[in-house]
Amino acid sequence: MKSMSEQSTSKEVVITNPQGLHARPAHAFVTLASQFESQIEVIKSDESVNGKSILSILTLGASQGTKLQIRASGIDAAEAVIALTELVEQGFDEVETEAS
Amino acid sequence: MKTLYGIPVSPNVAIGEALIIDNERFRIPQRFVVHDAVEDELDRLNAALAAVSSEIAGNRDLISDRIGPQYGAIFAAHLQMLSDPQLLDELRGHIINQQYSPEYAVSLTLRRYAKVIQDLGDGYLAERADDLFDLERSLLANLLGRRREELSHLAAPVIVLAHDLTPSETASLSKRFVLGFATEVGGAGGHTAIVAKGLEIPAVVGLGRFLLEVSGGDMLIVDGEQGVVIVRPDEETLVRYREVVARRKDDVRILSTLRDLPAETLDKQTVRIYANIEFPSEVTVCRERGADGVGLYRTEFLYLSSDDEPSEETHYSAYNDVVTAMDGKPVVFRTLDLGADKLGRVPAAAQEEKNPFLGLRSIRLSLRHVTLFRVQLSAILRASSGGNVKVMFPMVTTLDEIRRAKMVLSDAMEDLEEKGIDFDRNIEVGMMVEVPAAVMMLDRFLPEVDFVSIGTNDLVQYALAVDRTNQEVSDLYQETDPAVLRLLKMTIDAAHEHGKMVSLCGQMSGNAHHTALLLGMGLRDFSVPPASILEVKRVLRSVNLSDCESIVARAFEMESAREVDQFLRSETKRLIRDHRKSSPIEKTVGGRG
Repeated sequence: MKSMSEQSTSKEVVITNPQGLHARPAHAFVTLASQFESQIEVIKSDESVNGKSILSILTLGASQGTKLQIRASGIDAAEAVIALTELVEQGFDEVETEAS
Repeated sequence: MKTLYGIPVSPNVAIGEALIIDNERFRIPQRFVVHDAVEDELDRLNAALAAVSSEIAGNRDLISDRIGPQYGAIFAAHLQMLSDPQLLDELRGHIINQQYSPEYAVSLTLRRYAKVIQDLGDGYLAERADDLFDLERSLLANLLGRRREELSHLAAPVIVLAHDLTPSETASLSKRFVLGFATEVGGAGGHTAIVAKGLEIPAVVGLGRFLLEVSGGDMLIVDGEQGVVIVRPDEETLVRYREVVARRKDDVRILSTLRDLPAETLDKQTVRIYANIEFPSEVTVCRERGADGVGLYRTEFLYLSSDDEPSEETHYSAYNDVVTAMDGKPVVFRTLDLGADKLGRVPAAAQEEKNPFLGLRSIRLSLRHVTLFRVQLSAILRASSGGNVKVMFPMVTTLDEIRRAKMVLSDAMEDLEEKGIDFDRNIEVGMMVEVPAAVMMLDRFLPEVDFVSIGTNDLVQYALAVDRTNQEVSDLYQETDPAVLRLLKMTIDAAHEHGKMVSLCGQMSGNAHHTALLLGMGLRDFSVPPASILEVKRVLRSVNLSDCESIVARAFEMESAREVDQFLRSETKRLIRDHRKSSPIEKTVGGRG
């Protein structure tokens, strides 16, 4: 990551929603991540994937309780990490009673 | 043996071997592309991605509307997958660096992702792998869509089975090799059904999922009359259906004796029966069945069967063939009646249309692209010098539209005049009545036109607010709904008051059960599929106008289409039976009035 020297920041989060990082949360994550200029990586143990690629995020198979590191590099890296962390910690705004 | 039930769309029975136009397990035609084609292949990939994206966006909106945005969200995820930057990089990389075909690149890449997700061991997530297989299928369907070559390269007669056939695919079906067809989706009034009727190919649509239950080469019966498809019929069934086919042939022979008899009721009211056609080749059938002319020539096929805008010359040559073959009998040309969605190449609406039937289509589209409109009008005008030609504008909703359309027609005339090209200066101009607004305002429209033609297919869908291709609601689509009957009566009455000719060219007029009702309402000009000409003639030769008028009086007291249908069916049967009893040989009939 050559741009890391610009501004790089990361934070560890835990997936809290019961079904893990499945399609809808991954969609929410990528939608938010794509709004930032910075490069976004999502890291699970030693595996790092593009945070703006929904397919790559799905291949992580992050289930409930998985620890992930969100790393952003670029001009809006700090904001990106804060926003994305918040999204994950709030359980991706998933509605509990979604079958209504 | 397995019996499947669908929607019958065109009569007769076909017996033959199945050819499955497979949407599920595509054969990937080639792995590699030549170096020079890489740019084109990238374009093809992009076009497929865009097409599938808009398909998914449509589903998302539909599902969101219907059952809530949280369900639509799953489609949003699919949509995001298609614009996934990593995926796009990989696909393009495969095409550019390895010179893989887009089909192969798509299949390889998506399946690789699917495999990884499947292997995660997470049950819920593993299901997402299915989403990827879905995307693969959609993309391949799109990439290979234009290459479903089996259809144009048939060498032996078959019954074609498909999830769906596009109008242009249906149009390209060769009657010689396609005995019949059956599709999983589609409705009674859909384009595919109309074309099947026009070509007189037995067909059943809207069967639901069934392709997995049939193998290519299976023996099959398609009963287009009952809407039944029988897979691997037993000997007994086969014998029974072969008899049906033989009997049909007899019927046709009996009907053909009607060909040269006048189309008049028992009390000597003359009726004109024109034909609705789509292809110039159908003129032969029109003449064989003794049509009084072509009451509706659908000009869409030229637009659908080619990727490029048809030239004036292409239009003219097709039109002229029809006009010449009809030998002085009238030919009514309906100008382009398609939605922008069906015409990918025309610079259409800026945004995707949520509701194409209420969108930029037909006369609206033509008036938006006046240059293209004039090309078609010029061709029609040129053809008018060789016979009896009329021009008709579809889907007219406002007076302004008909006036503008006539203005474009005048411009085209001036052009031809300047160039010294011959045409009929007194060409009759008409409009389709298929929007309820036009019915309500008909007294104002009538002074603007020489004739009107009722297009029931659209009139029914606009009056009853039902999409005839939507299987969920297609049962609401009823030509005999009392509301529709009132609209028809208003239209016919208004036209008569203004002394203008009114015909009915929707599917409704081709159904012999409706003949007496329509006659009773005052309709004297029928435009029907060529296949129905003799059937309609048979009914009208068996009735008195007074019978028809009392049928109308009774029908107008009824409250539902079902009631009306039941009544019309039994009345028609009764009238024909009575008539037969009084005069067993049709040829001796006619003098009773």
